[in-house]
Amino acid sequence: MANLQDTTEQILVLAAQHFSVPRAQLKPDDDFFKTLGINSLQALDLLTRVENHFHIELPDYELQGVTDFRTLAERIQARL
Amino acid sequence: MLDLSRYSCLGEALRDALERWPDEICLIEADRERENCRLTYRQFKDAALPLALWLQNAGFAPNGRAAIIMTNQSKWLISAYAIFYCGGVLVPLDYKLTPAEQLQLLAHSHAEVLIVEYHLWRAIAQSPDFAKLRAKIILVTEAPSNAELFGARRWEDSKAAGEPRFEMRQRKDPACIVYSSGTGGRPKGCVLTHENYLEQCMSLTALYPFWPGVRYLSILPTNHAIDFMVGFVGPFTCGAAVVHLRTLRPEYIREAFTRYKITYMTLVPMVLKNLERGMRQRFDSLPRGKRRVLNALIGVNRAFTRRRPNTRLSRALLGDVHKAFGGELRALFVGGAFTEPATLQFFYDLGILVGNGYGCTEAGTVNTLNDFKPFRADTVGKPLPGVEVKILQPDADGIGEVAVRGKNVMSHYLDDPEMTAEVLVDGWLLTGDLGRLDAMSHLQLFGRKKNMIVTEEGKNIYPEDIENVFEGLPVKEYSVFAANYLWPQRTMVGEQLVIVIHPEEGRAIDEPLRAEIAERNRRLLNYKRISGIVPWNQDFPRTASMKIKRGELAGQILTALDRRAVLPL
Repeated sequence: MANLQDTTEQILVLAAQHFSVPRAQLKPDDDFFKTLGINSLQALDLLTRVENHFHIELPDYELQGVTDFRTLAERIQARL
Repeated sequence: MLDLSRYSCLGEALRDALERWPDEICLIEADRERENCRLTYRQFKDAALPLALWLQNAGFAPNGRAAIIMTNQSKWLISAYAIFYCGGVLVPLDYKLTPAEQLQLLAHSHAEVLIVEYHLWRAIAQSPDFAKLRAKIILVTEAPSNAELFGARRWEDSKAAGEPRFEMRQRKDPACIVYSSGTGGRPKGCVLTHENYLEQCMSLTALYPFWPGVRYLSILPTNHAIDFMVGFVGPFTCGAAVVHLRTLRPEYIREAFTRYKITYMTLVPMVLKNLERGMRQRFDSLPRGKRRVLNALIGVNRAFTRRRPNTRLSRALLGDVHKAFGGELRALFVGGAFTEPATLQFFYDLGILVGNGYGCTEAGTVNTLNDFKPFRADTVGKPLPGVEVKILQPDADGIGEVAVRGKNVMSHYLDDPEMTAEVLVDGWLLTGDLGRLDAMSHLQLFGRKKNMIVTEEGKNIYPEDIENVFEGLPVKEYSVFAANYLWPQRTMVGEQLVIVIHPEEGRAIDEPLRAEIAERNRRLLNYKRISGIVPWNQDFPRTASMKIKRGELAGQILTALDRRAVLPL
C-alpha cells in the first residue's frame, strides 16, 4: 500500500494534469483553491479524478474544510 | 394543490398532503448512480409518525425547538415533518458551519432536540466546546454499527408504536428559526412563522405550479431557505415528488435530469455557471457544420421567444439540448446570490427558463421573481403576489435601499429586539441591498448598503463573524470589511473581504505580519477568507464602550485611500 508521501505525490501529479499546471508549481501544503484558482465545484471534479485513480469513493462532505493537498491525501489514505 | 389559505400551520398542511396523495411518490434519494430510497406519501407518513411519537414520549412538547444538521437527504424532511407534527419549532442549521459555530447557534436557539448525521455529530463531539451542548435529545442518522455515539441515540431506532398526538399551531406561531449570520457573536435568528411559509408557498406555486407527477431535483441542503420551500413545502402541498441527490458532482446532476425526468430544480449561481461552461465547451467541440446549424436554431428560438417563452417550440428546435435535461424540464430556479445576466440569457436563448429571484433570510424564500412576461436578464423580477417592494431615499438614478413588506417577512430576530428594530421599521423590512424599480416594476440590484458579501455559492458572509480568527494579531487594532462597503460599487459580482490593519507604533505591515495574517486566514473555510489588507495608521473611531464605529471608519478610509491601496493576500 502506498504511504502518505506517495499518495500526496500522486494527488499533486493528478491535480497538475487536471488543471494543466506544471507539477513543480504545486506543493503539499498549498491552498489548492488559491494556487489553482478554482471553486468548490472544480475541487469536486478533481476529487472524482482522484477517486478514479485510487479506486475509492469519497462522499462530497469529506472535502468539507479541506483546502490543502496534504489533508486531502490524508483523507484518501484513510480509505486505502 | 391544497388550498393553503385554509390552513393554520405547516404541520396541518403536510398532514393533509400525506392523506390526499397516499400512493404518489414524494421522495427519491439518489447517491451518484445508486438509488437509496423511494417513498410514497403513505410510506413517508409511516416513517415520520413513529419518530414523532418517540419524540413526544421523550418529552418533546409543542413550541419546543429542534435543530437539524444534515446534508441534502430524505431523513431531513422526515425529521422536519415529525417535528412539525409535534408542534415543534424547527431550527435548520447549515451543515457547512464549523462544529464551534454549530454549537454556538444550538446554544442561542435553545434547541432541546438535535437531529444530525453521524459524521457531522462526530466532529461536533470532538469540538473543544462540546461540553456547552445543552440539547437533551440527540439523534444521529447513519452511524456505523460499532460507532461511538458520544451520548446520542440512533435515529433509525427512535420509533414508537402507536398514534402520536397532532399538535396544531396558529398562523402567527413560529415555525422555524433560521440563522442568517451571527456566528461571530451576535446571532441573527430569523423567526419565521407558519403564516410566512404558507403565504409564500401560495405566491410561489401560483407562478410555478407543482402537481402530482412533477419531480423537483434537490441538490441544495434543505436548511437553505429556497430548498425548504421549493424542495419540501411547495412540492409536498401539491402532491409532487422531490429527488434528493447527495452529491454536487456535475456528471451525476446531468444523469439525474435524464434518469428522473426532472421538472424543476434550484441551483446557486456557481452551479449554473458551471453548467453553462460545460455546455459551451460541448457546443464548441461540435464539427463546424453542426455548430452552424445549432447557432441558427438558437437564433430562431431567440426570435420566437422574445415576448414570451414557448417551451414546446424550443424543445422541437433544440431537441438534443432539452433531451440532455431530461425533456420534461419547465424551469431552473437560481438564487442565493447574484447571477450574471449573460448566464441567464444563455439559457433563455436555448429555451431553458431560469427563474431568477431575490430573497433574504429575513423574508422567507423570495421577494421578487422573474415571471417571463417577458424574460428580463437584467433584473431579479417583479415582487411576488402579496409582497410590496419600495426604494428608500432614491438618488438621482432612482437607486436606494430596497425595503420589503408582506406576509413573507419574519416576525423578529430571536431574543434581539434592538436588532429587530433596526431592520423592521414601520412594517417594512430594510434589506440593506441597493436597488431600483423600473417602470415595469422589475427590481434591479446595484450592490449593498450593508457591510457583508454574498459568495457565488450563495453564502452570506458578515465581517463580524470571521473577525475572531484574527484575535491576538500583533497589531494595534484591526477590523474586517466588505471591500465594496469601503469603496461602494454598483455591482454584486466578485465581492471580497479585506482586513484593515492599524499596526503597532513604528511597525509596518512587514512580511512576518503578512505571513501571520495569511496563516490565520487559512483557518477559515475557503469561502470566508479575506483577500487583502488595508494599511491604516490612525486610531479607529470607537464608541464609549470601545466598539469600533464601522460606518465612520469606512467613511474615513474612503476619503483617505483608494481601493488600489489594498495589499493582496
